[in-house]
Amino acid sequence: MDFQVVILAGGFSSNLVPLVSKEVPKALLPVANRPVLSYVLDLLESNNLKDLIVVVEGEDAALKVGGWISSACVDRLHVEVAAVAENVGTAGALRAIAHHLTANDILIVSGDIVSDIPPGAVAATHRRHDAAVTVMLCAQPVSGPSESGGSGGKDKTKKPACEDIVGLDSWKQFLLYIAKGTEIKKDTRVNKSILCAAGKMELRSDLMDSHIYAFKRSVLQEVLDQKPAFRSLKQDVLPYLVRTQLRSDVSSDQNNVEENGNGKNNMQNNEVVLSQVLSNASLPSFHQVYESGLDSRKTHKCCVYIADESKYFVRLNSIQAFMDVNRDVIGDANHLSGYSFSAHHNIVHPSAELGSKTTVGPHCMLGEGSQVGDKCSVKRSVIGRHCRIGSNVKIVNSVVMDHATIGDGCSIQGSVICSNAQLQERVTLRDCQVEAGYIVCAGGEHKGETFARK
Amino acid sequence: MESRRNPRAVVDPKVRQVGFFTSSQPESSSTQPHQQQTDPISASASASSPPVSTISPSGNSLSPVMIPPPRLNSSDTFPLRGAAAGASSAVSPSSFSYSNRRDFPDGSTTASPGRHSRGSFVKSSTPVASSLPGIGMDSMAAAKSSSVPASGLTTVSVATMPPGLAEKASGMEVQSDQKKNSKPLKEKTTKAERRAIQEAQRAAKAAAKADGGKVPPGTSASVASTSVKAAKPAKPSTQKNEVAVAAGVTEKKGGPSEKDRKKDAPHPRMQYDDESRVVKAKRRAVVKQTEAKNRVELFRHLPQYEHGTQLPDLEAKFFQLDPMHPAVYKVGLQYLSGDISGGNARCIAMLQAFQEVVKDYSTPPEKNLNRDMTAKISSYVSFLIECRPLSISMGNAIRFVKNRIAKLPITLSESEAKAALQSDIERFINDKIIGADMVIVKHAVTKIRDGDVLLTYGSPTAVEMILLHAHELKKKFRVLVVDSRPKLEGQLLLRRLIKRGISCTYTHINAISYIMHEVTKVFLGASSVLSNGTVYSRVGTACVAMVASAFRVPVLVCCEAYKFHERVQLDSICSNELGDPNAISKVHGREDINYLDGLTNNANLQFLNLMYDATPSDYISMIITDYGMVPPTSVPVIVREYQKEHLLV
Repeated sequence: MDFQVVILAGGFSSNLVPLVSKEVPKALLPVANRPVLSYVLDLLESNNLKDLIVVVEGEDAALKVGGWISSACVDRLHVEVAAVAENVGTAGALRAIAHHLTANDILIVSGDIVSDIPPGAVAATHRRHDAAVTVMLCAQPVSGPSESGGSGGKDKTKKPACEDIVGLDSWKQFLLYIAKGTEIKKDTRVNKSILCAAGKMELRSDLMDSHIYAFKRSVLQEVLDQKPAFRSLKQDVLPYLVRTQLRSDVSSDQNNVEENGNGKNNMQNNEVVLSQVLSNASLPSFHQVYESGLDSRKTHKCCVYIADESKYFVRLNSIQAFMDVNRDVIGDANHLSGYSFSAHHNIVHPSAELGSKTTVGPHCMLGEGSQVGDKCSVKRSVIGRHCRIGSNVKIVNSVVMDHATIGDGCSIQGSVICSNAQLQERVTLRDCQVEAGYIVCAGGEHKGETFARK
Repeated sequence: MESRRNPRAVVDPKVRQVGFFTSSQPESSSTQPHQQQTDPISASASASSPPVSTISPSGNSLSPVMIPPPRLNSSDTFPLRGAAAGASSAVSPSSFSYSNRRDFPDGSTTASPGRHSRGSFVKSSTPVASSLPGIGMDSMAAAKSSSVPASGLTTVSVATMPPGLAEKASGMEVQSDQKKNSKPLKEKTTKAERRAIQEAQRAAKAAAKADGGKVPPGTSASVASTSVKAAKPAKPSTQKNEVAVAAGVTEKKGGPSEKDRKKDAPHPRMQYDDESRVVKAKRRAVVKQTEAKNRVELFRHLPQYEHGTQLPDLEAKFFQLDPMHPAVYKVGLQYLSGDISGGNARCIAMLQAFQEVVKDYSTPPEKNLNRDMTAKISSYVSFLIECRPLSISMGNAIRFVKNRIAKLPITLSESEAKAALQSDIERFINDKIIGADMVIVKHAVTKIRDGDVLLTYGSPTAVEMILLHAHELKKKFRVLVVDSRPKLEGQLLLRRLIKRGISCTYTHINAISYIMHEVTKVFLGASSVLSNGTVYSRVGTACVAMVASAFRVPVLVCCEAYKFHERVQLDSICSNELGDPNAISKVHGREDINYLDGLTNNANLQFLNLMYDATPSDYISMIITDYGMVPPTSVPVIVREYQKEHLLV
């Protein structure tokens, strides 16, 4: 279909400290014991997209991601990994790999999404409108644990950060305005010419940019070349394209130029008549109306695809989101996990050992080779591979990664225990994050803390 | 046989009266009052039409109307085979580079500095997963010196896809198509026996028809022509494995024997009230369609789907439709969403997509280009049909393309064949559509005089060109644009006309009888002209034509000859298209007047949004086509004399 797929897998994300580290780049954070990147790859593979470019920040991270991909996806996908320098931003990353982009259109997918929205839909919308950029919007996910209240107040205040404010035309096809909710303090500027041309703008705050974009390659490369200061796709490139859609500097393609030329009446030229016939036949978007109104105006289209509300979509960009994703993938959105669930709606690996009187509730997952002592209770939690959990341990709404050790009598609620971390006896954690390899001393009682080595 | 030219045949009380048929009033208007008018068009039109109606059928075989041969500017300079062969050399490199583009060209391997030397983009037979550990650290470091280093790609996972995965899918489709088609040939009788049986049947049928007397003109004409053809020595049929024809497109190609067979048992149109067939068709369908529940009883046989169910589904499958060419897919989406509408535009869009298909085509190993390409085109066509039923003009264009493919000499190399096909399609677009429009403009402009008030309905391409050209010639006239809900295409036309400085009046079809008083000529477009002179066009056209004829205003229909079809249709029921029912029940942007909200699924309410109607020839003074201006009675002549040679040769 002449689409190239670029996955921006990022590298080290400061939002996710202490979960991410040099050893575990963001793309490899486990969600239900699988790296988050695997969900993206699965989604693309199920849509028959098998030629992928994965862009990772930093060489170490690229090595790790590449190693994982080569072990997991060999024979199924044709993946190329590109390492870019750290802190170049998404636009910088694309600039670095720009010379590898050859297809007419580029599909850019963030590497941290867990979703079942078919990416083909955004590509199809893009093609249909012949747009310069198409953005997938989806409904704002419900944050925080839905059933049991265990979310920390700290995370809740963080939440509005990812809120976007989008302006759509009355047919909900074109993007007229986009801004991050946090950037708008009191008032904002809306381009008057766009508003006049479109007639009506619908501002919505319940939609969220899903970081799945389809770009016309020529447009993308031109913008990246012309504006070397642009660092982020979402914050720089996209608003720029949206802002300038009625006074386009980018040459979308030759077709556009041709169409502009048909202002003069030239009956002899078949080509001109042809394009005229075609353009007259289609229902003009406000871009075309605007174009026809004033001579020598060039426009490009910024389209949106609004995903169905029934589809699942979460971006793993905060600790809260990490908890949410883990909970949903083995809970409500369990079709994404790829595991088969037992009759109790949980997954207990056959090699896992459970002590006597230990209960593993529904929406739980117990990885391969993990040992759980006597009289434990595990609810709505994910426990990784080869974890050793003592007796009398309560784990609720938490994520315990591989090789973690939890002593007797611990109580863990709403927390993340990274791999190789150790909790000594009778530790009580509530809404805490424990860094990989960290040792929490015995008997402590902690709430809302982050354990990391300095 | 006598009655076939008699215009009264359609108003005969025995014939089911549906559509826009009034009593014999139009007949009187067609003879006397028209001539009383001093208008030259109606004079010429009516002067030529009465002789035709009285002419004996035997005289019909020599074309009774003098039709000027087509004069197209481009036809003289058209690059023929030689030029096409010359062009092929230019084409082949581009096709080469296309095939290379998927894998990164080797040139970039050396160009990109940060690229790991062992990373290979070429799919090797063994899965290369181990190239990672040695990733070029030093080269990375070297690349780091610039602010944004050009990064290299490292192949970490290579899919060992079987080479023929994509081909397999399409190949299976082809096989199934062929299987389907070869069924009727599987009878145990030998060819000679079958032929004898057929001859006998045909003779019996012809005799029955001759006795019956009242024969629809089209069939009798075709019977006559086929009998002439049968006398000729049967050419060896060139294509045996014709792929199943898209429903609605009556196929006619190959040798006469094949044609006769098709004539005797015309391919039945899909009847959507036939449950079992619908279920079967659904299984084959690419587009998932939910049928609308409340369909009007009379139109049950037409497909109608829940609007809005198809597009998201098709969009979601964007990457999964392997054998579909992106260009075709895009056109299909545009049909489905209504981004492209209008007979000419749809046809051009489709042909351009097919050009892309041809450009990117490469014959799979052990396959024949002619057959494989025909099969491919057929599968694309059936996809397009699922997106929106084909118009008759598109049917003709598809027939042309398939014929060109079938007639390609086997001796041509692949690149030559592709170049020839592309130029053929190009020629069809330029000559048959654009060129034809220009000839029509030239003819029609002579009928516009100073002081005229011209009425048009909807937004026909040809009429728009006529008006613009007449305006350029500094003729003084006024235009009345009549429009109708829900498409309101007239507004777009209006916008373009006003921009050029033509004085216009805009009204809706409700006011047609008031506004008709001041009109001097009516120009209409057409989706198709059928061989009994019926004009098949945008719904509402029949109403306009009927009112105009009641007011003794000449009605001129502008239609390119490629849209002519040999079919005969008496009403607009048997073959039509149903649009989105929501379009008529809702007004976009006016939530305050959507009184029908929530009633869409009420069992007592059925919406009918017809797309086309049939205007009987009685109401039409003249048809302006690229072969000249002819009365509607002469349409069969054009169909017979020109259609074949232009579409098939």
